[in-house]
Amino acid sequence: MSNYTAIREWADEKTADKTRIIVGLGTCGIAAGGNKILEAVEKTLANNDDIKAEVVSVGCIGICYKEPLLDIEIPGQPRLSYGSVTAKDTREIIQNIFLDSKYEHKKTLATINDEAFAEIPSWKEIPFFAPQERRVLRNCGFIDPEKIEDYIANDGYLGLSRALLDMTPAAVVEETLKAGLRGRGGAGFPAGRKWSIAADNINAYKEENPDSDSFGYIICNADEGDPGAFMNRSVLEGDPHSVIEGMTIAGYAIGASYGYIYCRAEYPLAIERLKLALDQAREKNLLGKNILGTEFSFDLKLKEGAGAFVCGEETALIASVEGLRGMPMPRPPYPAQAGLWEVPTIINNVETLNNIPVILAKGADSWAEKGTEKSKGTKTFALTGKVENTGLIEVELGMSLREVIYDIGGGIPDGKEFKAAQTGGPSGGCLPASMLDLTIDYEALAKAGSIMGSGGLVIMDESTCMVDVARYFLTFTQAESCGKCVPCRLGTKRMLEILTRITEGKGKIEDIALLEELAPSIRDSSLCGLGQSAPNPVLTTLRYFRDEYEAHILEGRCPAGQCKALITYTIDEVDCTGCTVCARACPVDAISGAKKELHIIDTDICTRCDTCRQVCNFDAVLVA
Amino acid sequence: MINLKIDNKKIEVPDGSTVLDAARAANVYIPTLCDDPLLEPFGACRMCIVEIEGHRGLPTSCSTPATEGMEVKTYSSTIEVNRRTTMNLMLSDHPLDCQHCVANMKCDLQYVAGYVGVREQPYEGETRSYEKDRSNPFYVRDLDKCILCGKCVRACDELQGRQAISFGYRGFETKITTPFDLPMWDSTCESCGRCVDVCPTAALYDKSAEKNGLAMEETRTTCPYCGVGCGLIIETRNDKIVGVRGDRENSVNEGHTCVKGRYGWEYVQHEDRVKKPRVRRYLLEGGSKPKSARESEDNPLWDWVETSWEEALNITAESLHQIKKEHGSDSIGFMTSAKCLNEENYLMNKLARQVVGTNSIDHCARL
Repeated sequence: MSNYTAIREWADEKTADKTRIIVGLGTCGIAAGGNKILEAVEKTLANNDDIKAEVVSVGCIGICYKEPLLDIEIPGQPRLSYGSVTAKDTREIIQNIFLDSKYEHKKTLATINDEAFAEIPSWKEIPFFAPQERRVLRNCGFIDPEKIEDYIANDGYLGLSRALLDMTPAAVVEETLKAGLRGRGGAGFPAGRKWSIAADNINAYKEENPDSDSFGYIICNADEGDPGAFMNRSVLEGDPHSVIEGMTIAGYAIGASYGYIYCRAEYPLAIERLKLALDQAREKNLLGKNILGTEFSFDLKLKEGAGAFVCGEETALIASVEGLRGMPMPRPPYPAQAGLWEVPTIINNVETLNNIPVILAKGADSWAEKGTEKSKGTKTFALTGKVENTGLIEVELGMSLREVIYDIGGGIPDGKEFKAAQTGGPSGGCLPASMLDLTIDYEALAKAGSIMGSGGLVIMDESTCMVDVARYFLTFTQAESCGKCVPCRLGTKRMLEILTRITEGKGKIEDIALLEELAPSIRDSSLCGLGQSAPNPVLTTLRYFRDEYEAHILEGRCPAGQCKALITYTIDEVDCTGCTVCARACPVDAISGAKKELHIIDTDICTRCDTCRQVCNFDAVLVA
Repeated sequence: MINLKIDNKKIEVPDGSTVLDAARAANVYIPTLCDDPLLEPFGACRMCIVEIEGHRGLPTSCSTPATEGMEVKTYSSTIEVNRRTTMNLMLSDHPLDCQHCVANMKCDLQYVAGYVGVREQPYEGETRSYEKDRSNPFYVRDLDKCILCGKCVRACDELQGRQAISFGYRGFETKITTPFDLPMWDSTCESCGRCVDVCPTAALYDKSAEKNGLAMEETRTTCPYCGVGCGLIIETRNDKIVGVRGDRENSVNEGHTCVKGRYGWEYVQHEDRVKKPRVRRYLLEGGSKPKSARESEDNPLWDWVETSWEEALNITAESLHQIKKEHGSDSIGFMTSAKCLNEENYLMNKLARQVVGTNSIDHCARL
């Protein structure tokens, strides 16, 4: 019996036939009040001695807009999920199920199972989940991230055992190459190729420096920093072992015996769970000396980043791990040649590493069945913005934007028109409605002027001003620029100033030409990826929404009605009933008018806060 | 050796050379503001961009290793457009007061801007404004003129090993700073002046430069202070020293100096400097030595009188002889100096041990 079989049997036994009450306690669940639900569960159990169940907290299952989530799992029955629950709901649901076998409740969501149960639909029938393909998120929301047995019982560390016991390091690299897995950090460089270059360099380094303490490093880039993106955080919070396993396999494949997880300090829960997972893995001999009884030894260290966006860039990340200021260095030398402490190093994103155990456990061919010719597998996205269903999703690469936004996302709220989808965060671009049928893969997105990025997907509706969006992203990149190279430090500053000028109604028509001159130059002359991609929001909005720029400059008008300097609020004399609601709500007393008489807004006092329009019951407040 | 082509010029350079090294060897000018042959490549100013056959984009020649068979182009319309934009950006946040600037006519930024050929400023916007840091007695830090090339930071780290300064803050707010943003004088700076030496603008300049125009002559010499023997270049104007810098050609110090070598030269032209031998009047004209400090105060016999070297040495020799006769050899001690040549120190040793007969001889470098 191999060491793995023993561990697996231990885990299976420990997790078998358990009645579980599950509370979603990822950061999203906690923010929505998950801890109160957990309290309510414990209280209900304390008051009902007859109910015997294990209380489990899990990571995010993805359906963030329905948090807090409460799930009940009884052996022999499908797992039942309830959304947007309150403490009162919690008490009712538990008592109904355990005391009266009554499963339906007004907060019922679905069974987390392929089949319906007791008139509750399967989650495969729910539009949010139906088109999804959960691979990276296979364990998120299912296993208790603080228990290693849960992970192992769900094929955890199976990939590692296959790699260590049945394969040579070269075969592992070959398998990754064959799968066609591309870097999920955004650039899409084939992971297998990165590994094979690193493996060659590590071998060469070994020959040249036989007395060195270390011959190579693997670093997990968990410095997720795009505004509105939380894919990596959810994986680390919900399934930390998958990343540890992926890194250990990578270490074996390239010949590294040590690794670092570089996780931003703003992810306290992820860090806590990673620390726990590392201890558990060491205890079970899945990390440390002679893993699973083999010759291979490998260990990991967690390094907390101080929250600089630029530290997601490989060379800046390495500098930060070394204790230096996070500033990128010119390449070559590439990290795979001389990285951390001048030793060959590979850096993989959380999601890339999370895919590795699946490739090894199921085989490259099976893994590569999903996806397109050049973009294999699945991709997670943090779906946010003006869309009905927000949350963490995972789709097969090659799905169209339309399917993601309208099928999974449920379309745009309040009957508004879709305007743009922003992929790739500050490094990405805004895609217009004409591109809704664009397939989500590396090449198609790049061709459209955006990038895959790490998975931020922000949906914008007709009330979003695209010049203002470009300005927002430039504010971000300018503040996060490390300041080292001129095009990034000063180029983003000058672009930001021009964009601010335009949104303030002070733009000149030459400003568009200036932006068109600056943007490609910053892209082509900047030192690192941050500067090189910083102009993307400007370039894509200029490409697809040039008319909005022109309206701001030539007509002094913001088509979306967002830029405060360019809009005025008036009250329609026909629709106004003189109800005084707006006058009472106005925070600056800009509205005057007697009861039952037409109200008037003093535009000199008005701050365009939009409160009056929102409170008016007769749609009498006009914005122009 | 590596063979490559720079603008179709064949050149052979040693292994480990960068494309910029190769261009310099081939006598092809590539503008740069953050490169220094003594420092590690940094890639910040983006001026030295080139096109290389088979390479994507515009790699910086300072950081790209030269490889066999490489074909490099140092100018093209793409390169020129990008250089001009970058230079315009740099100048959009730089005071344009060249005529009043201490770096006028010795400023690298001025030269490269001239090479690139900027004619107008299309990018108007916010400019940085800091108070000058005059806390260090020898040099001034004027961050308004700083282009953040990072040469000072690297010189302090890589050459002086002091790490007194580094980059701080982010984005437009980025600046070179000391730990906790304290004044220079409260940092760990040793005032070696290497940062001032490598600064391409007037972001760092010697206080002495404020009073003077350009130096018109330079003299190569050896530092008079200690036994290391650093090479110095003395900058003069109308026979007056206006500045001193380390001699990069000198293998002893490769341009490096300590605070004394670089800044301790004001004594040379100080009005109190003693240029001729002097003796007390009583030794020259006879009479008795005053007995106490109080007695000596208004005593004209205690005054210093200029005399010839011969006279002064004779008096010294006679006095030493007298002391030895009256109190014995060990009543005399000798102290020699690192400012002297080895030969001079050797002779001092001979004088002490053989002529006077004492072992009481020491050297300032041992203290």
